[in-house]
Amino acid sequence: MTNYFDELMKDYRFREGFHTCINCGTCTAICPAAEFYCYDPRKIVTTVETRDDEKIEALLKSDTIWYCGECMSCVTRCPRKNGPGLVIMALRDLSIRTGFFTESEKGRQILPLTHALTGNILNYGYCVYPETFKWDDHKESGPVFKWHLEHIEQTMKRLGANYKGKGPGVLRKIPQESLDEIKAIFDVTGGTERIKQVEAASKKKAKEMGLTDEEYERRAFEYCSDKHFNK
Amino acid sequence: MIYEGKQKIWSDYQKEIPDDHWYYVRSCIRQNFFPASERMFTEITQKVLGKDVYETPYHTTCGGIAYHCDTIPQETVMTIVARQFALMTEAGYENYCPSCITSFGNYAETLETWREFPELEAKIRENLWKACKREFNKPKYLAHSSDLIYHWREEIRKRAKHLLINQETGEPLRIVEHIGCHYSKMFPHKGVGGAEYPYVLAGMVESWGGQVIDYPERRHCCGYGFRQYHAKANRGYSLSNTHKKFESMEPYKPDAIITNCPGCPYFLDRWQYVIAEQTGKTYGENGYGIPVFTYEEIAGLVLGYDPWDLGLQLHQVAVEPLLKKMGVEYDPKAKYLGLNKEDLMRPEMPNSIKCC
Repeated sequence: MTNYFDELMKDYRFREGFHTCINCGTCTAICPAAEFYCYDPRKIVTTVETRDDEKIEALLKSDTIWYCGECMSCVTRCPRKNGPGLVIMALRDLSIRTGFFTESEKGRQILPLTHALTGNILNYGYCVYPETFKWDDHKESGPVFKWHLEHIEQTMKRLGANYKGKGPGVLRKIPQESLDEIKAIFDVTGGTERIKQVEAASKKKAKEMGLTDEEYERRAFEYCSDKHFNK
Repeated sequence: MIYEGKQKIWSDYQKEIPDDHWYYVRSCIRQNFFPASERMFTEITQKVLGKDVYETPYHTTCGGIAYHCDTIPQETVMTIVARQFALMTEAGYENYCPSCITSFGNYAETLETWREFPELEAKIRENLWKACKREFNKPKYLAHSSDLIYHWREEIRKRAKHLLINQETGEPLRIVEHIGCHYSKMFPHKGVGGAEYPYVLAGMVESWGGQVIDYPERRHCCGYGFRQYHAKANRGYSLSNTHKKFESMEPYKPDAIITNCPGCPYFLDRWQYVIAEQTGKTYGENGYGIPVFTYEEIAGLVLGYDPWDLGLQLHQVAVEPLLKKMGVEYDPKAKYLGLNKEDLMRPEMPNSIKCC
């Protein structure tokens, strides 16, 4: 795979979000990520517009494409109806498919994110689930949430949830036949293959970095160097 | 912009919202962090207003968070969406109501992409048949659950026990409304009032007696940013964006914040706690924070529900200052009790931000 622009053009999000950019910089002005990180969505669109494979490959290997929060504020404001956020989604997808995501600190986060989110979906039917929401990794959720998690059966009952129960309601147990259908959807649509790709590329990178798989994943989840920020 | 100009924009972005018969799907984040809000939505719509709002236990996540964390391909998330539509079709409904803003954006994106690229819709139909042997009709109407509460806001007003009015001064309470980004930033015509002047929450606040505050960073993201929160290393992004909003709204002295997105009330609440713990700064009066609410929580208070039945004890920022201003009676000793007054002890108190 060397013609990256053609690959990007196969992505519906790219086709929706990539039109003629007039380089006005409105997207950068409105972007929450651009204020925080060394990040400029206008420059990303300009780079992609060159159709230069070398430059696009450098983007795919960079931290830059992982700074966006996908809030899509840029979509609202672009006077040419571009969507830099959509272009980013296509670039990230290509970075994962090519394995280039392991070349950047922020890209390597895809492994713990994949395990957390697809694990919750396939095991429970939810993207977020109490049993995998560890308070030690979420101290910002405050002492009140620590208390809630420590008494979750009782607090959920108090608030009228149907936690792990049969039938409809808040945090019900999603029936196994529904989870089986979601697994089948993952198998048919490339979701399962995506998980394997991420795991294989990450395993290779962990070895290259001299880390165990567990050390690599933990480091990807919590380590942040100071090179990313606007000074 | 002058007020008449805003009214013109709002009138350009009104959407048709059928009055009854809705198929309801739940939000991953709201079920975890605001479980009573979703319960209150069905309580208000089914029991108080007598509407047909149907839910099946067989629905799942829409996959939206995983999609926006870039962990599942577009075809995967669209086929999960297609399965949700199939369940709606099988149940005999055509009006689709997600509780989550990420989901609402996900459904809107899916439907708009299929409209533009019909071959993709055909591919997804094929995927769904292969995986689940199901077929579906697309919803005739798509409305977020806050759209429905907006639609029925005057019916709630008629039943009000309390209003968003300061009981001591008689003045309207000053309310910041915060709209989730994926409500209308991608597809302005899908939201009541569009992207720049969404009216969905402002309409509720005005109907229930409050005054909406305009402030410079009103439309700025809360800072969720999907991977910018779910990866621990990135959470400074999330915190910084919330901080920017609070610095911007502080001079306008809001009494409360109302939100319609699952993540926003969590972040606006919890990052206030973190900012206070890290810097000692609080944004409310007398060492308190500014209390943050979901629209069901505010609707529940207006309708006279007990604050602890609404789940307000799960907020880190104390809600009591607003309860007092509204004249809502509550039992402070009952705040952290379980069902049948079971003693569940109390959470630890934060060091800097005042809690009750």
